[in-house]
Amino acid sequence: MSAHAHGTQHFDETKRANIKFSAEALTTIENLMKRYPEGKSKSALLPVLHVAQAESEGWLSAEVMDYVAELMGIQSIEVFEVASFYSMYNLRPIGKCQLEVCRTSSCWARGAEDVVDYISKKLNIKEGETTTDGMFTLKTVECLGSCGSAPMLQCGAEYHENLTEAKIDALIDRYRSEGTRKNYTDLNYTNSK
Amino acid sequence: MSRKLLLTHDNVPNLHTIDVYRSKGGYASVEKALKKMTPEEIVEEVKKSGLRGRGGAGFPTGMKWSFLAKPEGVPRYLVCNADESEPGTFKDRYLMERNPHLLIEGMITSSFALGANTSYIYIRGEYFYVSRILETAIAEAYAKGWLGKNILGTGYNLDLYVQVGAGAYICGEETALLESLEGKRGNPRIKPPFPAIAGLYGCPTVVNNVETIAAVVPIVNDGGDEYAKIGIGRSTGTKLISASGNINKPGVYEIEMGVPVEEFIFSDQYCGGIANGKRMKACVPGGSSVPILPDYLVCKTATGEDRLMTYESLSDGGFATGSMLGSGGFIVYDEHQCVVRNTWNFSRFYHHESCGQCSPCREGTGWMERVLHRLEKGMGNMNDIDLLVELAKKIEGNTICPLGDAAAWPVAAAIKHFRHEFEYHVLYPEKVKDSKHGHKEPIMPVKPAPVMA
Ligand SMILES: Cc1cc2nc3c(=O)[nH]c(=O)nc-3n(C[C@H](O)[C@H](O)[C@H](O)COP(=O)(O)O)c2cc1C
Ligand code: SF4
Ligand code: FES
Repeated sequence: MSAHAHGTQHFDETKRANIKFSAEALTTIENLMKRYPEGKSKSALLPVLHVAQAESEGWLSAEVMDYVAELMGIQSIEVFEVASFYSMYNLRPIGKCQLEVCRTSSCWARGAEDVVDYISKKLNIKEGETTTDGMFTLKTVECLGSCGSAPMLQCGAEYHENLTEAKIDALIDRYRSEGTRKNYTDLNYTNSK
Repeated sequence: MSRKLLLTHDNVPNLHTIDVYRSKGGYASVEKALKKMTPEEIVEEVKKSGLRGRGGAGFPTGMKWSFLAKPEGVPRYLVCNADESEPGTFKDRYLMERNPHLLIEGMITSSFALGANTSYIYIRGEYFYVSRILETAIAEAYAKGWLGKNILGTGYNLDLYVQVGAGAYICGEETALLESLEGKRGNPRIKPPFPAIAGLYGCPTVVNNVETIAAVVPIVNDGGDEYAKIGIGRSTGTKLISASGNINKPGVYEIEMGVPVEEFIFSDQYCGGIANGKRMKACVPGGSSVPILPDYLVCKTATGEDRLMTYESLSDGGFATGSMLGSGGFIVYDEHQCVVRNTWNFSRFYHHESCGQCSPCREGTGWMERVLHRLEKGMGNMNDIDLLVELAKKIEGNTICPLGDAAAWPVAAAIKHFRHEFEYHVLYPEKVKDSKHGHKEPIMPVKPAPVMA
């Protein structure tokens, strides 16, 4: 196995001085890459991109993708190919809390569109837009496997189910007062060889 | 009360911890398998059980396992499909959330049977919090010696990892899943070769659904014959059903195969009937990819038999008057729901999720979505309805993976059973203009007059 594929030690820090992941994130990435057989560490790309996104204000710029490519010893284009295919990677900036409302059949049959309209009015943004304070983005997504608790939305790793207007109000108040970014992933990947 | 095999203890507090799980008899199948059985004997029990894949296609699991190639010196892999993205399906999530050790136990026993020393659980990225529950449970299992080197002193080694996806329905298709697990786009591969010959990293691989792998635990514990006693005919054992839509009690139910559909929908033990005192209009019994059934074909088949929750009974009548058990994503619609609008919703889903490799799927799904949108908005014409039927025919069977079929079937079935509703949208656009909250007046399916012999 080449040291390049598995280590972060050969990474030239000066090249991308403007991008820096935390030491904890770099360790996480190293651990993730060890979960696959020798020479197959590219397999870790999807979870690594989740970490990268969490380290980069919720979205992947071309520079971040280059940085990930270098960390993993693969080409930038391989990273871009994957980043642009999957719906959970954002290639543009988003708000700290991205409210992803399920728009598929079971949720629709139980009022998902009213949820979208309600949030849209309340935050004064349309689907795909971000509030001017950078706090919230509203998005609609396909079935999240929560059809029995429809209507529902996801924000970061949290599921919010059986939504009512009161629940949405409370949720938005809480997020606003917390003021923190809601990521899909944390850095707690310890289980590896 | 019907017998449960997978959700037996799902109300026990802290079942997700290894100690509580052990106190309920957990990990017994690993002990039995590793110490008292050969891999071939386990495969034999799974064959005897009649277990069929719970991911949607219903392929016999024992047979799939026996196809696994075993070339010298080449690693073999077991990959668990926890991608669960079929609209209407949420049973795997429920199982992993409540009872993560059952899946881990099944993974160990199954990996041993297949001769795999590294196994993966590929879980959809949106279920990140579930992946955390699994990771914690896996760490517990390592700490107690159920995973890792020399398990139970038998010399068998197994490493088990969870990999999160990143949002793509197509990654549930097994070869797309393998591509994704290799860190690539989720583009399905052309088959053959099948994964049993060349799967993960080109090595022999078995891909099985979460529920399938969990079912291996009771099969090894009690024997395949015991499992096969539950159910009817070639539909053996229990099945997890995700029930959603306009019913009183949505949720995940473990049923014995063979429960009548009528009982499942209307009894208080299961769905508890239609919400708000309305009538049932239609049902999609197996996830968004299977044909929709009008009310009069849900509880009875076209020949007047009781429809049962089995692979065979749900598909009785073929695509003319039947549907499929599929993934067990059971969606019920009340009398006010608009079928045109719902069909558009599904089409939008498939268009969004097409990986784009084959033109009939990439272009066809988009075309269907646009035509359905036009019809739903009251801006279509009668030719559009036939155009949809034509489009569905052109996609079906002409693509690399079954997503194309999955996109075509629901459209064809909706038009077959609800053509009058599509026509109504063309003729009276004003009346259906805002069907967002369903039709103001219910539009029920029309049962065709019996054909005279
Ligand atoms: C478009 C598409 C999506 C699929 N999604 C899933 C899924 O989310 N989960 C699953 O277990 N199987 C899914 N399948 C079926 C898998 O390809 C495969 O048949 C299954 O994982 C095999 O496991 P089983 O034999 O245990 O059912 C999907 C198939 C297709 C064509
Ligand atoms: S049928 Fe659709 S999803 Fe499947 S390979 Fe072709 S384009 Fe991709
Ligand atoms: S339809 Fe909304 S979670 Fe499944």
